[in-house]
Amino acid sequence: MSDFLRSYLTVGIFGLVAVVLVGVLLGLGRILRPSNPTVQKLETYESGVDPTGDMWSQANIRYYIFALLFVMFDVEAVFIFPWAMRLEAYALFGLIEMAIFIYILLLGLIYAWRKGMLRWV
Amino acid sequence: MSLLAELSYWQQTSIRVGAGLVAVILVAGTLVMVHLFKLVSFMQSRLGPMEAGPFGSLQLLAEVGKHLQKEDIVPRKADKFVFAAAPFVVLASTFLLVVVLPGGPDAWFIQNDLGIYLAMAVSSVSVIGILMAGWGSANKYSLLGGLRATGQLIAYELPLILAVVGVVIQAGSMNLQTIVYAQANGEIFGWGGIGNPYVLTQGIAFFLFLTAMQAELTQTPFDMPIAESELVSGYMTEYSGMRFLLFFIAEFATAGVFSAIAAVLFLGGWYIPGIDPDDNIMNVLGPLVMFVKVVGLTFIVFWVRFSFPRFREDQLQRLAWKFLIPLALLNIVVTAIFKVWI
Repeated sequence: MSDFLRSYLTVGIFGLVAVVLVGVLLGLGRILRPSNPTVQKLETYESGVDPTGDMWSQANIRYYIFALLFVMFDVEAVFIFPWAMRLEAYALFGLIEMAIFIYILLLGLIYAWRKGMLRWV
Repeated sequence: MSLLAELSYWQQTSIRVGAGLVAVILVAGTLVMVHLFKLVSFMQSRLGPMEAGPFGSLQLLAEVGKHLQKEDIVPRKADKFVFAAAPFVVLASTFLLVVVLPGGPDAWFIQNDLGIYLAMAVSSVSVIGILMAGWGSANKYSLLGGLRATGQLIAYELPLILAVVGVVIQAGSMNLQTIVYAQANGEIFGWGGIGNPYVLTQGIAFFLFLTAMQAELTQTPFDMPIAESELVSGYMTEYSGMRFLLFFIAEFATAGVFSAIAAVLFLGGWYIPGIDPDDNIMNVLGPLVMFVKVVGLTFIVFWVRFSFPRFREDQLQRLAWKFLIPLALLNIVVTAIFKVWI
């Protein structure tokens, strides 16, 4: 296995260790803690009064719009990284290319701004 | 360590996993003890925990013991699988972040040229965990907290990533180890006495990174997702006992890891001026240097946390989109121009 793939194996092992650690801590608690569920105790918390209505209530549409904006910008940020690494080799050519790219990126932001999408009302 | 190189992959990995566990738990424990218990108490003119051990130094163990014995309550209406899986996802995200950190010339977890890129990618996984916690609890406060957290974390991830690009341009690499060497071998106007820590040339990026980091960690003034006075701890409302403690550990461990990444990117990582970075002794001193820098940077995080009041939700999004992101883009352009011409 190449070193490159091996490093990802290490990443996977770290993830696995985290899951095992959480499992062990929760398992340890299971031995020590009491378990005495009552109807009142298992009720959803709502400032001490009986919960009303649907728990999965409706949320502001703004969250969705910001998520969409984020996806757009994040995908573009992905393209900036390889360029940033090789900038020395590409020199002026790379600089102009990326200036155009960032200009377009900025236009997208200005468009969203002008359309009032960055306002939280 | 030449000693380490002779071992097989599995032996090396076992040592690294052990070191990673120590790094996460030790740093998280120190932060809770020194910053959350003591620093804050002194800032608010009180003593903080004093009963368990000398000056309350064993308070942390007492807390873990307390939480282990607490009853585990899962609300009847909760989505039980998602509710139970959320702490796993959040803590795993922190652990995956730790792998990219270098602690010395041979004291690393992985040697990967995608280092910082990988870190930025896995740091977003915690968003999924938090959304799972908010949704799975089937609680109005939790859902609102989870949504606020998601909206905030994704908005501030962009300045965070774009701030890193400035450093990547300057170092010409995404490998954190290479970035440390680039700073160690750098020169300030032809003087290489302390290398060239990028906080000097990337000061704007450092400011952006720290601000975005504060928001990513949902620390005050960016703590709307867990606002205890309005949302009753947001996505953690329904979590009790050990499950709550796991979220708590993840919060502080992530604060430590993000500070460590900031230390590597901007403060020269494990390098000490005056000692050859390839010297074997750096494998011992390096982690200590990192630890000191992490404690120093998290001090700023907690200092800000307990000094400022909370933002409003609209102010939060405005700051990210209308100020930090344009500033980050400007920083990239200016850095790129300097890189090509000078």
